Amino acid sequence: MKLADGFAAARQSGDLQPLMEAVPYFRWLGLKAERQGAELITILPFQQMLIGNPMLPALHGGVTGALLECAATISLIGAMDEPKLPRIINITVEYLRPGRAEDCFATGIVTKQGRRVANVRAMAWQGDRKRLFAAASAHFMVN
Amino acid sequence: MEYDFENMRQLMGEFIPHMAAMGLELLSMDDDGAVGKIPYRDEFVGNPDTGVVHGGVVTVLLDSLSGMCIVPLLGGMAKTATLDLRIDYLKPAVPGEDIFAKVHCYRTTKNIAFTRGVAYQGDIDDPIAHAAGSFMLTRS
Repeated sequence: MKLADGFAAARQSGDLQPLMEAVPYFRWLGLKAERQGAELITILPFQQMLIGNPMLPALHGGVTGALLECAATISLIGAMDEPKLPRIINITVEYLRPGRAEDCFATGIVTKQGRRVANVRAMAWQGDRKRLFAAASAHFMVN
Repeated sequence: MEYDFENMRQLMGEFIPHMAAMGLELLSMDDDGAVGKIPYRDEFVGNPDTGVVHGGVVTVLLDSLSGMCIVPLLGGMAKTATLDLRIDYLKPAVPGEDIFAKVHCYRTTKNIAFTRGVAYQGDIDDPIAHAAGSFMLTRS
């Protein structure tokens, strides 16, 4: 599927899942996206292959980064008048506590939408939403 | 300075589920840094129109090597916890080509290790991404 088809299907149905399905890496990770009220929540269902530290066990930090990057992108697309795929410039991921072997949730807030660049803050949690296990700030090119 | 490269290579390749799932390979590790690669696979693509690999894949590679490169400096006796990792995406990865990365630890204090490195395809001097990380150390 072309990205444009994913966007079209997502816009028509109001459901973001077709867009997620259009991106092979999101499909491989099993990422899902849901609208919950005014928010777009990105969900990473737990799988054994996401583990980076089998001793604890804890999720791989890179996966946490990928989840936050995805949540930031999805939230930014949701805030656009004319949705298209923003290009990421950089991301700083803060690791607050180990990611447990459980489902993860993440969302983003567009802290500034400029003409060329958008700044997005993203947060990730498991179970208790107030107990973030990671956060990130990212810049995107939007034009 | 005792650590066993072969042991580390096996650990990454076989016993860490996410690294095994991605086919992430540790190629070398010494005081100069850790070098590794992730093979190109269709399922890692982030933009189906262009075939460019998703940034998350580059993040997994750089995060893995950032953590690894500290190990030889500590005699394998410390626990590390990532504080933060910043990735600058310098240019899109070329579709169909494997991604390599080299990360080294440029400073350790009593409690913190600082790392930096790059992800690249053909030429390490023309990187696709740059990473800077900081890690909390717990000495045993």
